[in-house]
Amino acid sequence: MRMFTLPQLSLRFIPVWQRNYWVWKKLAIPSMLGNLADPMLYMLGLGFGLGSLLPNVSGVPYITFLAAGTVAYSTMNSATFEVLYSGFSRMHVQKTWDAIMNTPLTLDDVMLGELTWAASKSLLSGIAILIIIWAMGLQTSFWLSLWIIPIVILIGFCFAGMGLVMNAVSPSYDFFLYYFTLVITPMVLLCGVFFPVSQLPPLLQHISSFLPLTHAINLVRPIMLGQIPAQAWLHVLVLLAYGSVGFYIALGLTRKRLLS
Amino acid sequence: MSVLSAHNLRKSYGAQEVVAGLDIAVEKGECFGVLGPNGAGKTTTLRLLLGLIEPDAGSIEMLGEPVPSGARRARQRVGVVPQMDNLDPDFTVRENFMAYGRYFGMRDAAIDAVLPGLLEFAGLTNRGDAKIQTLSGGMKRRLTLARALVNDPDLIFLDEPTTGLDPQARHLMWQGLRRLLNQGKTIILTTHFMEEAERLCDRLVILDHGRLIATGSPRELIAQHIEPSVTELYGEDAAQWSASYAAQLCERHESVGETLFCYSRDSEALMQNLSAQSSMRYLHRPASLEDVFLKLTGRELRD
Repeated sequence: MRMFTLPQLSLRFIPVWQRNYWVWKKLAIPSMLGNLADPMLYMLGLGFGLGSLLPNVSGVPYITFLAAGTVAYSTMNSATFEVLYSGFSRMHVQKTWDAIMNTPLTLDDVMLGELTWAASKSLLSGIAILIIIWAMGLQTSFWLSLWIIPIVILIGFCFAGMGLVMNAVSPSYDFFLYYFTLVITPMVLLCGVFFPVSQLPPLLQHISSFLPLTHAINLVRPIMLGQIPAQAWLHVLVLLAYGSVGFYIALGLTRKRLLS
Repeated sequence: MSVLSAHNLRKSYGAQEVVAGLDIAVEKGECFGVLGPNGAGKTTTLRLLLGLIEPDAGSIEMLGEPVPSGARRARQRVGVVPQMDNLDPDFTVRENFMAYGRYFGMRDAAIDAVLPGLLEFAGLTNRGDAKIQTLSGGMKRRLTLARALVNDPDLIFLDEPTTGLDPQARHLMWQGLRRLLNQGKTIILTTHFMEEAERLCDRLVILDHGRLIATGSPRELIAQHIEPSVTELYGEDAAQWSASYAAQLCERHESVGETLFCYSRDSEALMQNLSAQSSMRYLHRPASLEDVFLKLTGRELRD
């Protein structure tokens, strides 16, 4: 069977997206609070606590520096959790995907629906955090900071595409721990969420430059500080590439898993 | 005209040929049974027919569309009741219909319009707002069937629809299926229950090792393969009885454990003989599809 033919993309994914949105809407408030509590506590706790011990970081108060990192990593987490745990429940445990594939929809539609939904979840978390940032006045220019909104969608797309690969190959939920300890946590520590990448030894800086979260932060942080990001298109392309290649591989592997 | 046909269908996994050259034709308005022991290739056959997996060889046409290339269009007019319930646990009964109807591209108003009829069909008229977790096994099964009707399909696939149901729930399910047949729907059904196939199916095929080993109506298959009456003799006396009388009174006989199966055409002499044996426990009954099934597929366990 031709597992790695190109995705057949169409608007038929919309009912799949709608289904997930509908479920989310029923539990929107607890879900948002659950998603936000963790990044908020990091940002406020470290921002004020650690920030009070630090001189300016990259020329701004630490909490301002941290705010950009928080937007990037919490939107990464949103998309990742959605495609791993929730996506796996729908695919493997509840067999929701099987039910959908008995209708005129195909696996390609289902996975595009999951991808766009995970990106939408990132958008929702991103906006929630931006509202706090705006309320605290951490941004330099409100109007410029609106650019962060499309960027968090892109970040969500990138990590949803990558996470779906993991979803495709996992036999159980336990497997996701490897992805977190080997991929997500290293990125949180190496990509400039909590401190500038320039503080790292050269080898780690070099590794960091290949990681998608670095590129996400290189877009968000300058904007938060009122600047146009340098090499913006490069960062956009890297995030698009990780997301699209991830999605393509994930689709092939999932076709193999479910349709052979 | 065939609603669904397959020619020389083949599918292998590694060295094992799971579907080995199958020919099937399902006519409009009939209930078509696909029977076979575990691992005979029933579920793989259904997945091939639905266009979910690609055959290694052979051709399929469903509702005038080639499968798998036109499967999406064909599935627009098909309903599927899977072996494992896959109702959406995040939704209520009503929401399950809404979400499912949307997958067929139906507008909410159109789904709302068919909803009361489907709830009535499932016997869940007052349970529209119930959570899925609160439903019994039988209710879930009927809901899964009703959900498969949301798009008013011409052809309905049922993969072991009554497995795990109690007799009440099973009979209710059968009533529902008969109602659909009366409406002119075509049904393709896999089952382990020979009684179910005998009651519902106009025609059926028996598969084993991916091959079709028998085809016909339940009555034809029984007439073709088994003598009309079967007598089962139980216990230690059965072996002794067999040695003395089986050759003379049974047209054909076999012993399975401590049970002797005696197949006969004219059982009058047999009955007279048995009524004289006061200590013998036995059961005299007409031949059934299960006898055919066991004769053709053997009595060894399959896993």
